[in-house]
Amino acid sequence: MRHLLGIDGWRREEIETLLDRAEAHLPGGSASTPVLQGKVVANLFFEDSTRTRTSFEMAAKTLGAQVLNWTAQGSSVSKGETLLDTVRNIEATGPVALVIRHRSSGAPHLVARHVRCAVINAGDGTHEHPSQALLDAFTLRRHWGPLDGRTVLIVGDILHSRVARSNILCLRALGARVVVCGPPTLLPVGLKELGAEVTTKLDAALPHADAVMCLRLQLERQTESFFPSTREFARLFGLTAARAEKMKPDALVMHPGPINRGVELAPAVADGARSVILEQVANGVAVRRAILEVCS
Amino acid sequence: MSGLVLFRRGRVIDPRHGIDGVRDVLVRDGKVAEVSEAPLQVSGAEVVDAQGRWVLPGFIDLHVHLREPGEEGKETILTGCRAAVAGGFTAVVAMPNTKLVNDSALVTELVLSRARAARLCHVYPAGAITKGLKGEELAEMGELVSAGCVCITDDGRPVMNASLMRRSLQYATLFDIPVMVHEEDLTLSGKGAMTEGPTATRLGLLPIPPSAEVAMVARDLVLLEETGGRLHIAHISCEGSVRMVREAKRRGLNVTAEATPHHFTLDDTAVGQYDTHAKMNPPLRLRRDVEALREALADGTIDAIATDHAPHGVLDKQVEFEKGINGVVGLETALGLTLALVHDGVLSPSKAVELLTHGPARAFGLPGGHLAVGAPADVTLVDPAAEWAVDAERFFSKSRNTPFNGRLLKGCVTQTWVGGRLVFSNGQIQEAR
Repeated sequence: MRHLLGIDGWRREEIETLLDRAEAHLPGGSASTPVLQGKVVANLFFEDSTRTRTSFEMAAKTLGAQVLNWTAQGSSVSKGETLLDTVRNIEATGPVALVIRHRSSGAPHLVARHVRCAVINAGDGTHEHPSQALLDAFTLRRHWGPLDGRTVLIVGDILHSRVARSNILCLRALGARVVVCGPPTLLPVGLKELGAEVTTKLDAALPHADAVMCLRLQLERQTESFFPSTREFARLFGLTAARAEKMKPDALVMHPGPINRGVELAPAVADGARSVILEQVANGVAVRRAILEVCS
Repeated sequence: MSGLVLFRRGRVIDPRHGIDGVRDVLVRDGKVAEVSEAPLQVSGAEVVDAQGRWVLPGFIDLHVHLREPGEEGKETILTGCRAAVAGGFTAVVAMPNTKLVNDSALVTELVLSRARAARLCHVYPAGAITKGLKGEELAEMGELVSAGCVCITDDGRPVMNASLMRRSLQYATLFDIPVMVHEEDLTLSGKGAMTEGPTATRLGLLPIPPSAEVAMVARDLVLLEETGGRLHIAHISCEGSVRMVREAKRRGLNVTAEATPHHFTLDDTAVGQYDTHAKMNPPLRLRRDVEALREALADGTIDAIATDHAPHGVLDKQVEFEKGINGVVGLETALGLTLALVHDGVLSPSKAVELLTHGPARAFGLPGGHLAVGAPADVTLVDPAAEWAVDAERFFSKSRNTPFNGRLLKGCVTQTWVGGRLVFSNGQIQEAR
């Protein structure tokens, strides 16, 4: 049993072993044994999710586990129950792993200090989303082989993005170069220490990228004046069809979803030939099967 | 009790009078009666063998939250006073942000009467700047001062309204009391949970930029220059603030500042993996800020070490980091952390003692803080060589919220005397009979 709280602290070999294992979990792969037969995996979603929750559910079920799907909505959270009380009560029903999504950074770390079963971080606040980064790296690896020397450009709201943090750590660990790009108000200090290069000039960065990962723009950030309007954001930092022309011919387009179509990503690019967005989703199940196998 | 106590052959450090050497100190009727290089022979005196000990003026903490009235589960005036004397403090200034805000004589008198009943150390109440700490209207400063308040502050909150802040400085000149300020521009700190920097970015915690503090320090120094009052900056934490205070002092402005042991000891990395015990306001800053504070303690820019002793319950801290309540208890670890600066060569012993005694006394115009003949016999004995590990379970405070649990410290308080009466000795509180 081990936790997956973040990519932070995982060594390259550990990540590669997990990705190798995920290969075996692809449809038709060698890892068909229901290793979680008779066990329960609890999905604890304190925050909404489509992809991550269904993906973990599918992964657990296809490994033979029963899945407890718990959401904050309609729970005792509204009665003021604390996070620790909630998870301790769910732990008492006997799951082998808790898959947790929470709006507060570090919530899975707090839980992991107080439960005995495995804790898998399915996205915590603006901190990390490790399973997303692993499936992104897995997707890139299937296209490229080793990531060494490749450049991945991450565009958008870096400040509030857990996907960006996990990807910077994961891609760097695997030998890729990571460049992040966004308006200065959404670029936190200390990104260099995380291993990323930082730019605000999207058009200059695009021709050097082997993959471009657009992040979802949280529209409520506009009211907090991180940028003047979504219109202006799209003009300066959106991956439009015209901008996509500046990319290398074989560069890949990624997005963790859900997409604000026409804001950070033009529909023609999202659905275009270079987009691997649905591959990311499909690969997510195999990667999460590997995660559950390692952590349970 | 004869009223005669003789501290024999201790190393007396009295920075106000430039004394640092072996002396005998005689106390009579609660006051210092004689300080002598030659051994004294006094019949009928209770003799305290202070060889190998430092004999110091009792420490004065300008910034303590005693939580009573209103949050007695966290601390009471009695338990807070126990923690104070166990930490060598003979006087504390009690912050007004209790659950009944100290914005009236009624609350001031309650604090004073509970403190008298505790009979351990001096408690000086601080009154609120604004009614209910709401930042809207001035509290009745005259009433607060006559009831016994020694300063006014909305600590825990800034006075965001600049005009109100200006008037509070002006109005306080009537009473010649310091206006103590918690410097935080709330529009800059926003929803931030820790200081801006690589740790906040790695942990995905929303950042509080240093400008949230520095901009308010700048504002208030500008206001002070116009009003001519007395400004005391609480828990200064940033390099930028230090620079401004240094410059303001050089220009002769009537400003004083305090720093907390946690801010001059720990940097942002102490948050580790979301340790809420390292969550406070202002937040732990970057290493260069810690270095700037240490320099400012040494060069006199900072007048006092104050703990911002802020007791909280276990449940207040055992939550998601961003929900975690701000604050740490500090009375019982202050001396050890201050002496760490001496061991590190940052401060001389005399400067360290000054920052705990005469510095705060001078900043607020309080009695004590020195050991001249006639001074109150508030005396703290320190064993400078004793090594010990912080054990929060053994705190006299009701609360355990410290980021220093388990930390090894060198130097501990062996006895505390207030007004010539022993109130703490070798790990035991000496309750009044």
